[in-house]
Amino acid sequence: MSHAETAIQCGSCASGCNTAHLAKLGIKTGNWDYVVALAGNPNTGKSTIFNALTGLNQHVGNWAGKTVTRAEGAFTLGGKKFKLVDLPGTYSLLSTSVDEEIARDFVLFGKPDVTVVVADATRLERNLNLVLQILEITDRAVVALNLIDEAGRNNIKVDERSLARDLGVPVVSMAARSGKGVDELLSAIEQVASGEIQARPHRIKYTDDILENAIDTLATQLHGQFEDLPNARWVALRLLEGDESIINAVQTATLGTVRAANVFPPLVQLEAR
Amino acid sequence: MTLNMLKAGRTATVKGIYSKDTERRRMVDLGILPGTLIENVMASPLGDPVAYRIRSAVIALRREQAELIEVEEEG
Repeated sequence: MSHAETAIQCGSCASGCNTAHLAKLGIKTGNWDYVVALAGNPNTGKSTIFNALTGLNQHVGNWAGKTVTRAEGAFTLGGKKFKLVDLPGTYSLLSTSVDEEIARDFVLFGKPDVTVVVADATRLERNLNLVLQILEITDRAVVALNLIDEAGRNNIKVDERSLARDLGVPVVSMAARSGKGVDELLSAIEQVASGEIQARPHRIKYTDDILENAIDTLATQLHGQFEDLPNARWVALRLLEGDESIINAVQTATLGTVRAANVFPPLVQLEAR
Repeated sequence: MTLNMLKAGRTATVKGIYSKDTERRRMVDLGILPGTLIENVMASPLGDPVAYRIRSAVIALRREQAELIEVEEEG
């Protein structure tokens, strides 16, 4: 396909500019090479990033709970086609509201090739809860540190490099509204998707042998029952914690399968710009 | 005292949460843990819910939720 028609001008970078090769495909999401999920706390700019990458006009609003189902869009980059899924904002993967469940089920069972966790740089501490939870279930993640311009105005400086080192995944500072950091995010997504970057995310370690044994035992049994389960260890932990929606999914043998109802709900109709 | 007793403009430190399971999980996910500073920003017109600043975000809690959070007011 011709990249020239859809290329956007980008004067901010001298070489290796990604937006110059970015083709925004709107809702033409068929036959993708990679699936990218956009997760994050409510009101951190997920939909703004979604629109910047896909050229779509997903409703952006400054309130929590705006994206209640998933929206999907696509773009091509470096000859590969990426399907981008905008998930509802959530503080946690462990609570039980419907929109949080949609986000959780997609990250868990939708097997995205890359999960972009959008974090608000002005409220980083509270955003790290979800970041760490997502890093528990996938090592193919990128942290998009959005609203970095607003953080700067509030005299908040974020040491992006130390954060990336501590979390073990790429961290990209962004101001999505003005397009800052979009190139760097695309490059990070591409490298994680292709396996060029092998993230080694920070994982919470449990020092209790009894707990570790219980997790191992359960995870082995889960693998026996659910062959394709990508996160048996995480599911085992939820079972031990008494998470009813997960217990129910295991008992009815619907874990990761019938939950596809949440993974593939009807698409939200979007208007291309 | 519990959080619902905190006056507007005042700040308190969380000492504990009197709830369990999902409700407790939800509060912890919202950033309410022992040691967290919470400020009463303002009340809604009818006095319930109340907006609290918790770890840099303003979050509205109903009275029945605020009653479950044990706090100690900052001097």
